[in-house]
Amino acid sequence: MRRRAYEAELEALNQDILRMGSMVENAVRASVEALARQDLEQARMVIDDDAAIDGMERGVEQRCVNLLALQQPMARDLRLVATAISIVTDLERMGDHAVNISEVTARIGVQPLIKPLIDIPGMAALSQKMIKGSLDAFVSRDAELARATCRKDDAVDSMYEALFDELMGFIVAGRDESVSTQAVNLLFVARFLERIADHAANIGERVIYMVTGRRETY
Amino acid sequence: MVSRATVPAKIETVCLDAFYGELHAIRDVSMLIEQHAITALIGPSGCGKSTFLRTINRMNDLVPSFRVQGSVTVDGQDVYGQGVDLVELRKRVGMVFQRPNPFPMSIFDNVAYGPRIHRLVGTRDLPVVVEKSLRAAALWDEVKDRLREPALRLSGGQQQRLCIARVLAVQPEVLLMDEPASALDPISTSSIEDLMTELKRHYTIVIVTHNMQQAARVSDKTGFFLAGSLVEYGDTRELFENPKDKRTEDYITGRFG
Repeated sequence: MRRRAYEAELEALNQDILRMGSMVENAVRASVEALARQDLEQARMVIDDDAAIDGMERGVEQRCVNLLALQQPMARDLRLVATAISIVTDLERMGDHAVNISEVTARIGVQPLIKPLIDIPGMAALSQKMIKGSLDAFVSRDAELARATCRKDDAVDSMYEALFDELMGFIVAGRDESVSTQAVNLLFVARFLERIADHAANIGERVIYMVTGRRETY
Repeated sequence: MVSRATVPAKIETVCLDAFYGELHAIRDVSMLIEQHAITALIGPSGCGKSTFLRTINRMNDLVPSFRVQGSVTVDGQDVYGQGVDLVELRKRVGMVFQRPNPFPMSIFDNVAYGPRIHRLVGTRDLPVVVEKSLRAAALWDEVKDRLREPALRLSGGQQQRLCIARVLAVQPEVLLMDEPASALDPISTSSIEDLMTELKRHYTIVIVTHNMQQAARVSDKTGFFLAGSLVEYGDTRELFENPKDKRTEDYITGRFG
């Protein structure tokens, strides 16, 4: 007994998540790139493109509800559907944070940066690795890769703390209001990246559950 | 495969094999069935789940070529032991079948039938037993004003609850249910399922069902049978969310064969 329509739906669900995942990966990358290059045009595009990510979230959720209502998935299929519902929520939030970063870029505008951006792109690179790792783990049903991805979150947190201290230095010094304002804005960016990494770790945890049926927290 | 229960076992089979002539219908099944819980048996047609159910109160004895090896005990007492009184056994271990099968007599007499032949109560107390059984089967309110009407006038769902009341009237300890809702519409089905959940406080229930969603909804434990073997047995939630055996996974996700 094969359930062809059912299996096609599950496969479409897989594909949707991958597509949404790559949209979010792109948005995060583009948002940090735009900030570093002060590319207001690109920041604008990230903000505009977020509607498509939101649309994907609603679409995947509806697909999951349909699967639950019409096909009553069980066992690994049930875990896939449950995981998909929460993964898209995490992905959608990441997309929102990419928008938040782009809004900071717009606020900073063409004003010279108070410092060369080194740590923020570093944090962004690691967060992007985590997004990619969690999505690869989802595709290949690889719990070990998911665990490794979750563990990277600690490094992102340390980078955030270091950046926090550094940027607080600019704020506390308070030599120039525009410097303090930009430092606060960059601090927000660091915070958004830290949150993005958290969401990637959430996805990793969901993938572990999907693959093993067990919940693990990192 | 033996699964150790954490709460008292009401029924236990050890290395149970059953045959219809040459056909090996149950293969080496060892199973502990918990008291005051609902245990569902699932599996494809011909997997042995109904045969297994029927070994618990020896309903298969009526099939001439049928024989068993291994043991089935209820409260530690060997069901196939020497000197077992079949009438007494089936009073303790009652059965509800797929199609409601009320006797062609009144609602009252259907329920009173068992207590009468077992001489459980005197004639004066019969109405009390009938009311209690019909209440326990969640049918009383629907039939209390028409107890003398023929049972066959009831709807299918009501007839099935009447059959449950008829079983309860002889004060059994175990209820075996063989597809009890498969001939019923969804509303009657949910009333039977609600009833089972009520009844498990006082009875040990074993249900065979083809409907996996039903097993998932009502049971505490689920056993998956395939080709006569008990492939997997455990907590229902765990079995449907995260089965251990690939054959169970394939069956419950509908990817069989």
